[in-house]
Amino acid sequence: MTARLGCALLVVVLAGCATTDRVILLPDDISGKVGKIDVVGRDGGEVLLDSAYGEARTGGGKVQGDTLDTESLRKEFGKELANLPQRPKSFLLYCVNGSDQLTLESRDQLPAILDEVARRPAPEVVVIGHTDRVGSVEYNDKLSLARAQAVRDQLIQLGFDQARIVVAGRGEREPLVPTDDEVPEPRNRRVEIEVR
Amino acid sequence: MNQRTRPRYRVFRWLLLGVAFAAFGAAADPEVAGIIKSVEGSVTITRADASLPAQVGMPVYQADRVITGADGSAGITFEDNSLLSLGPSTNLNIDRFAFDTTTYDGAFEITLGKGKLAVISGKIAKHQQDAMKVRTPASILGVRGTEFVVEVGGAK
Repeated sequence: MTARLGCALLVVVLAGCATTDRVILLPDDISGKVGKIDVVGRDGGEVLLDSAYGEARTGGGKVQGDTLDTESLRKEFGKELANLPQRPKSFLLYCVNGSDQLTLESRDQLPAILDEVARRPAPEVVVIGHTDRVGSVEYNDKLSLARAQAVRDQLIQLGFDQARIVVAGRGEREPLVPTDDEVPEPRNRRVEIEVR
Repeated sequence: MNQRTRPRYRVFRWLLLGVAFAAFGAAADPEVAGIIKSVEGSVTITRADASLPAQVGMPVYQADRVITGADGSAGITFEDNSLLSLGPSTNLNIDRFAFDTTTYDGAFEITLGKGKLAVISGKIAKHQQDAMKVRTPASILGVRGTEFVVEVGGAK
């Protein structure tokens, strides 16, 4: 009984505050692409944001769609946008066929990767192995991870901080060049280095 | 009869022990959700009743709460490459974070109690619709990408 009264009071108090929650969808600052956000009000109402600077305001039982001009966006959210962590940067490395040794071209890229690491606060390096579609999914999951681990070991030898490197294997899920299953494709047998 | 079954039980016992260890290991070493990349002013992480001052390089975990003071702001990069930036007087709870680095399956759910937040979503939202959610007191956002800002408690 008391609890129910408490809840009723809380609802009245919350409704009384009438704050408005806002969400504004932005174009990607690099590609310019615009995503999508489905805004559902807790007290009903729904708006799908799918255009640049689309805004949804939720409160008082409604969700209202609107568009924000870039000037007020910069004024209101400029600091938060400027403080977003740097985007991760990707590098592609290739191994000598049938070996886990990096090709000479790939070894030449290592100084650029180290520079990128040095430029970032609390940097992390993610080594992601990929395979072509020859073999089963499970086999390629293991192979891609082994490939990533081999490259990680070489990066450590070359002076990368061991504590900051993590490995992942994506198997055959993310081919650079799409192929049918069981088709050998050297460009898909690669290791991606993400610095973030 | 007994003689023959005993070794099997022994194996089973070792298996159980292994499972117990695996479970314990998972509990003792939770999955890192993200790393704090920038801190300005007063920023606090609340984790299981403890309050820790946030520092660059510190990991955050599922169930952590990040609180910025009136002079505070913080930037966090998550394991799936999602980027978050918290404004001043902001209160953010990491409700759920799970990310499979092989399949990119996962879940990323946060609650913005108050304040301002800028987001660039990462691999979880890109891979799976409905996997990334942002809750506010008045709404639930289903994020399908990519860059957006949220404000709670603004007078408007």
